[in-house]
Amino acid sequence: MTAPVLSVRNLQVEFETRRGTLRAIDGVSWDIAKGEVLGVVGESGAGKSVTGLAVIGLIDRPGRISGGEILLSGLRIDNLPPEEMRKVRGKRIGMIFQDPLTSLNPLYRVGDQIIETIKTHTNLTDQQARKRAIDLLAEVGIPAPEKRIDGYPHEFSGGMRQRVVIALALCAEPELIIADEPTTALDVSVQAQIISLIKRLGRDHGTAVMLVTHDMGVIAETCDRVAVMYAGRVAEIGPVQEVIKNPLHPYAKGLMGAIPTLAGEDKRLVQIPGSMPRLSAIPPGCSFNPRCGAAFDRCRIDRPEPLRQGTQAVACHLYDRATETAA
Amino acid sequence: MLAFTLRRAIQAIGVMIAVGIIAFAMFRFAGDPVSQLVAIDASSAERAQIRQSLGLDDPFIVQFGRYLFDAAQFKFGVSYQFRQPVSDLLKERMPATLELAVCATILALFFGIIMGVFSALRRDSLMAKLFQMVSLIGISLPTFLIGILLIYLFSVTLGWLPSFGRGDTVKLGWWTTGLLTVSGWKALIMPSITLGLFQMTLIMRLVRAEMLEVLRTDYIRFARARGLTTRAIHFGHALRNTLVPVITVVGLQFGSVIAFSIITEQVFQWPGMGLLFVQAVQNVDIPIMAAYLMMVSLIFVTINLVVDILYTVVDPRLRATISRPA
Repeated sequence: MTAPVLSVRNLQVEFETRRGTLRAIDGVSWDIAKGEVLGVVGESGAGKSVTGLAVIGLIDRPGRISGGEILLSGLRIDNLPPEEMRKVRGKRIGMIFQDPLTSLNPLYRVGDQIIETIKTHTNLTDQQARKRAIDLLAEVGIPAPEKRIDGYPHEFSGGMRQRVVIALALCAEPELIIADEPTTALDVSVQAQIISLIKRLGRDHGTAVMLVTHDMGVIAETCDRVAVMYAGRVAEIGPVQEVIKNPLHPYAKGLMGAIPTLAGEDKRLVQIPGSMPRLSAIPPGCSFNPRCGAAFDRCRIDRPEPLRQGTQAVACHLYDRATETAA
Repeated sequence: MLAFTLRRAIQAIGVMIAVGIIAFAMFRFAGDPVSQLVAIDASSAERAQIRQSLGLDDPFIVQFGRYLFDAAQFKFGVSYQFRQPVSDLLKERMPATLELAVCATILALFFGIIMGVFSALRRDSLMAKLFQMVSLIGISLPTFLIGILLIYLFSVTLGWLPSFGRGDTVKLGWWTTGLLTVSGWKALIMPSITLGLFQMTLIMRLVRAEMLEVLRTDYIRFARARGLTTRAIHFGHALRNTLVPVITVVGLQFGSVIAFSIITEQVFQWPGMGLLFVQAVQNVDIPIMAAYLMMVSLIFVTINLVVDILYTVVDPRLRATISRPA
């Protein structure tokens, strides 16, 4: 079997602050295969976006990757020198940010921004790059691309701008696309278009996609697998149908229970009591234990490691065989 | 776009008329002009005759209209002390002031932008901290003191540069320039530094702050995520966005540079409009003071207009809002 496109191994990211070192990411591991879409969900501050930024090497001071490794098609990229990493960014990993309104430089024509990116990563001439830019705009579904290419970002609507951003991320046919909340800032009707666009492009080009979002609808619609993050750790990871229909981790259960459905009868939505701990005050043991209805003594002492449960993996002592036999 | 320019131009004319009222009022506040013109022992018949011949017995509005009409043609009357038309005096002095102001502004822009960009990109370097310190000195030291210190160092102690005047000048039509002779350049150095230092520190601090702001924006992060070279990001994407507010400040400051060159011209005895103005104040030469007021206002208003138009060149978003009036 070939190496997965992206392999994150026990990743740790720390931020140096005046009040000490905060660990934003603590032991995240996952693989994404060619053509696969991995969804990453969790509350704000769970470390979803930071993981994405760590993969593409854009963690700024005072943050740093303090442990673990990141492999892109089998090659380690987390310790590359900055200039080498720059060549990976945009060429082998494309990134889409949340807000298309602020992702594009307002003073440059969209075409110039695309051509600039193409020319940074390839040896195409100006004309070839321009032609490729028009093709890209057509591919992401911008009507009359040969005209729109000379437009400024403010002349595009939010959804159209996000299409331009996607075209920019696709410039050099990357192996991996990291989409950080690509639809959060868009209208619902536009969200669906953008999601199906990302899905289609991933399928057509065999690109692996890491889709960060807090929208379970988007996850269910798009992803092959989903990782549920909580306080910088992976609580549960598995095939999207399994995790949604049969979540194992109490936090994942709570999260799925909080999704409103139209089909079901009027039952109250489940709430998870309390809020996620701040990075400076993560409790010992399982970081979810103060909010967990099923917590027992061991949860307050031992940190659970991910355990395989069928096709899923879950970091919870409830599923530990040792606990089962002891009980 | 044309409508916008026109609208701004009409506003500018409004401002100039308001300034004209103030300038004209100066003549009235400084007492009866006739008593300044005639001998002390002149009879009241003589006074009345002069008053009538100069049109001073016309209604205020007529006199004001006449003043504005003349001013619009750059006729500002005759200086009391020099017995020459004020417009000739200004024409003679203007090249010196403009050359000094332009030179100081170019100096300030050049070093201000370089230092600002550098101290934003290498925020923690020793050099950046040094720049910050220099800028503090530049902002807090009064202009005349810098001028005097420079004269002490380079003219008195080292004897490298002349301490006053413009050096040799060359006449190009009515314009006299000091830029074509070595002594002219030498004479220009210290006044330009003196006049430009404050502007330079201002520009440096502004560029630094704006640049830091821009570097935090999403489109810079996205540019980095696209793998663009650091150079393209810093000097292509960040710097251009930084320059939008810098244009305004530099534009407006250029007006102040001209207006406040008074002090620098006084220190270096630079034969420009500022020096003329100081002499006029000392001698209550109201036609010159009024004309100077009008000229400086005209320069300010013109620069404002140019800055507004320049904006639209740099920022395409403004082009859209202007052609589509809200």
